[in-house]
Amino acid sequence: MLDYTPKEIKQRPSGAVINPAKTCQPIGAMYAALGIKGCLPHSHGSQGCCSFHRMHLTRHFRDPIMASTSSFTEGASVFGGGANLKTAIKNVFTLYNPDVMAVHTTCLSETIGDDIPTIIKQSEIPEGKVVFHANTPSYQGSHITGFSNMTKAMVIYFAQASEGLKKEQINIIPGFVNPGDMREIKRIVKAMQLKFIMFPDTSGVVDSPMTGKFEMYPKGGVTLEELKDAGNSKATLALGRFASQDAADQLEKKCKVPAVSLKTPIGVKATDDFLMALRSAFAAEIPYELEEERGQLVDIMTDTHFHFHGKKVAVFGDPDVVTGLTEFLLSLGMLPVHVLTGTPAGALGSGLAGFENEIQGMLKAAGVKANVKAPGDLFELHQWIKNEPVDLLIGNTYGKYIARAEDIPFVRIGFPILDRSVHSYLPIVGYRGAMRIVEMISGALLDRADRDAADEDFELVM
Amino acid sequence: MAVTEKDLQELFEKMPSKVQKNRRKHILIKNGEIENPEIEANTRTIPGIITNRGCAYAGCKGVVLGPIKDMVHITHGPIGCAYYTWGTRRNKAKREDHIKNFVNYSFSTDMQESDIVFGGEKKLTAMIDEVVEILQPKAITISATCPVGLIGDDINAVAREAQKRHGIQVLAFSCEGYKGVSQSAGHHIANNSFVEHVIGKGEQEEAPAKFSINLLGEYNIGGDGWEVERILKDIGYHVVSVMTGDGSWEQMRNAHVAELNLVQCHRSINYIAEKIETKYGTPWLKVNFVGIESTIKSLRDMALYFDDAELTARTEAVIAREVARVQPIIDQYAKLCQNKTAFCFVGGSRGHHFQGLFRELGIETILAGYEFAHRDDYEGRDVIPSIKPDADSKNIPDLHVEADPKRFRLKMSPEKLAELKQRIPLSDYPGMNVDMREGHIIVDDLNHFETEEFIKLLKPDIFSSGIKDKYVVQKMGIPAKQLHSYDYSGPYAGFNGAVNFARDVSMGFASPTWNFITPPWKNSPALSGEMNEGGDK
Repeated sequence: MLDYTPKEIKQRPSGAVINPAKTCQPIGAMYAALGIKGCLPHSHGSQGCCSFHRMHLTRHFRDPIMASTSSFTEGASVFGGGANLKTAIKNVFTLYNPDVMAVHTTCLSETIGDDIPTIIKQSEIPEGKVVFHANTPSYQGSHITGFSNMTKAMVIYFAQASEGLKKEQINIIPGFVNPGDMREIKRIVKAMQLKFIMFPDTSGVVDSPMTGKFEMYPKGGVTLEELKDAGNSKATLALGRFASQDAADQLEKKCKVPAVSLKTPIGVKATDDFLMALRSAFAAEIPYELEEERGQLVDIMTDTHFHFHGKKVAVFGDPDVVTGLTEFLLSLGMLPVHVLTGTPAGALGSGLAGFENEIQGMLKAAGVKANVKAPGDLFELHQWIKNEPVDLLIGNTYGKYIARAEDIPFVRIGFPILDRSVHSYLPIVGYRGAMRIVEMISGALLDRADRDAADEDFELVM
Repeated sequence: MAVTEKDLQELFEKMPSKVQKNRRKHILIKNGEIENPEIEANTRTIPGIITNRGCAYAGCKGVVLGPIKDMVHITHGPIGCAYYTWGTRRNKAKREDHIKNFVNYSFSTDMQESDIVFGGEKKLTAMIDEVVEILQPKAITISATCPVGLIGDDINAVAREAQKRHGIQVLAFSCEGYKGVSQSAGHHIANNSFVEHVIGKGEQEEAPAKFSINLLGEYNIGGDGWEVERILKDIGYHVVSVMTGDGSWEQMRNAHVAELNLVQCHRSINYIAEKIETKYGTPWLKVNFVGIESTIKSLRDMALYFDDAELTARTEAVIAREVARVQPIIDQYAKLCQNKTAFCFVGGSRGHHFQGLFRELGIETILAGYEFAHRDDYEGRDVIPSIKPDADSKNIPDLHVEADPKRFRLKMSPEKLAELKQRIPLSDYPGMNVDMREGHIIVDDLNHFETEEFIKLLKPDIFSSGIKDKYVVQKMGIPAKQLHSYDYSGPYAGFNGAVNFARDVSMGFASPTWNFITPPWKNSPALSGEMNEGGDK
């Protein structure tokens, strides 16, 4: 497996990638758009992109992922795709009747410079229906950037500050996480008895139930009414600055809703921060229900610390999730010695400090020396591991090649996970999500201990 | 249940008028009164229709190039294209002595904004140098993606220079996603280059063994190619090269020495088959190793071609042995499948190939079609002279080849060849439509709207297609079988494949999970009784 990856690391100054740890913008935009109720994502480019993005999301969620495309031909690629988009808009509303059409772009339409707002203005849009857009050039950032851009577009197109005083409600931008995570975040906010608007919200869309009937627009998703009303909220919590902060900042600029940027609430500390932010925004009490969960989590961490304390870990994935995970691994007493994302750091929005600085800051405080890189690729991560082996690898499905090549216990967290099911229904965020992570990590390590033990060392109780 | 012209009319009336006009030409009801009716195919996709189609890059890099294991395949473009073709198509490959296997790697120049603005040639050049230094492949391909053509990167020049610099073959493919109208353009682009630059570049002059063949258009999905090779080797054939599943650049270079080319997927590889025939005089035989009957027929056709008593005897012995082994198992599974109906909508060949296997299980295919096949795949190669390339496809270059003065060799007398052509599909493919039955539907570039409508009309028992509509169909309570990825199972080709397919399909019908779709409270009334007045509802 991966037999030709050498231990010796040679510089690759070209900046080209072998075994990427990111993918391109439009898939993130497509995912975000699915988080609007009654919305059909539309890919303005050649149809290959749209098929690839639908395929990958479908494989991760094992649920229908609907989207349409402008299906560029060579002619449109040279003379512009305006006619294609107009035709698409007409056909989509006649045949598929969504409430909203969310247009994103690809490297093709971005390179030729199609002016989407003008094309939309010239299109026949049935009354009561909405078409909006985000520019998502694949040659900038990653799928996380695409998610961020589409989420920001929701603010640009829909959010309005219609009331003088802000309402007692909070906006939550959950970031690029699974519907299981979005459900968990909502449960926590509901437990605090707070009113909220979450956008985008893919729960009920990409984890829809089996009923014997196909619903092209499932029950879930944030409504346009709610998106509009987001301008009247008291504050916006951006969970994961790479995926969410741009939209929150935009909302602050447009509607004077203060933006608070937090880590994706993975692990004790980040979940504590999330609850504290809710508490301070509303002077609300933390209910016993959540305090009990927290106590249970810390209890579990204490009970099992000897399973993972001091173990070396390599983590890769999307920057917000990796940041949260790294912090949690440190709270477990583990040593994240290789930390990598494919998403470029610091290139997004304004005022975002680098991923590497933030991770190195956490590691330094814990006295851990590590390789940290953004953007990096899995070829390099594998080489790091060959030079400094680890006890555990955490990342998306693509990590399985390295895990097999180096015989490392492997925990699947992140996007995409193409070779296991159920993962997208269950959270990794909040105290309960943290419990699940502990279970996954100790399960992987103990399964390995069982597998490797000599008969006489094989333990019943561990 | 059959669909009538009236049903079709009602379906069309729900579409915008322009769409209606277009789609009418892509849908046929098989009707014996009209001999081989014309279907429109290989035309541009209607924007917004929700097609299943992909692009030329997918057809070139994803399908034809990607499986060649000993070449490093570099995608020149932003990251997505390389990412989505990394491990997603199940073209299996083994490492062999002296033949490297790079199929688990993904290579991308990961173009950034500055590369779009200032051009990406420098970065591509630098990446090739790095790949050569670190991985030492014997050959490299470069595949272009959408923006490459637009910004004017000259990947051919980069490839030429790199080839000179490193002394290994570097091939450039201008398979930008917007070329043509589907994956099909990519097949053609890949074929052209292999004919021109790879096939025949090896040193061999003679076939290394008796009964030497090439297996064309076989991508070894789930090990299909290995099962076919198992059978062929057992009979006594020598496989010179496979294009391209578990295939290698090294083997392809000597493909010219084979005595016969077998063509499994006509759409993706017929260009190479044709050109090899013109250049080296090697005929090709349309085979189908999917299904017991088709496999047997293909093996017998091959035996007729080689016309060797020992080979023929061995062919029959292997057939008898294999059938005796697998038929009883298949018969058991087939009990669960009797009198069921299927939709079979796959890329460019399997929409036809799997119908026989379904039929052997007792399942009739009542709707079939292709995403991106051409008229000859539907109507047979006889119609090729009447196909006019339209504006969207005429920019795909057609390669002209001539007989190789040194290596062209007739494999048999023209008389014998002509006589054989009457009996077996030599250099011929009669298409899918002839195998479909009366009243059944043929659809080209089926879209989501029609998928739902045809399911409502025909209520199939199983829908075989791809990942994008699998879960759509399952949500309706209908088993869905992926015939691209085989739902991570396989092989489905050959004798062992038929057993696997029978097992997987009957498992789809027999799964207890279908019984749980409706919750019990939806079928029985709640306990009758009245609420207390003023009580909560």
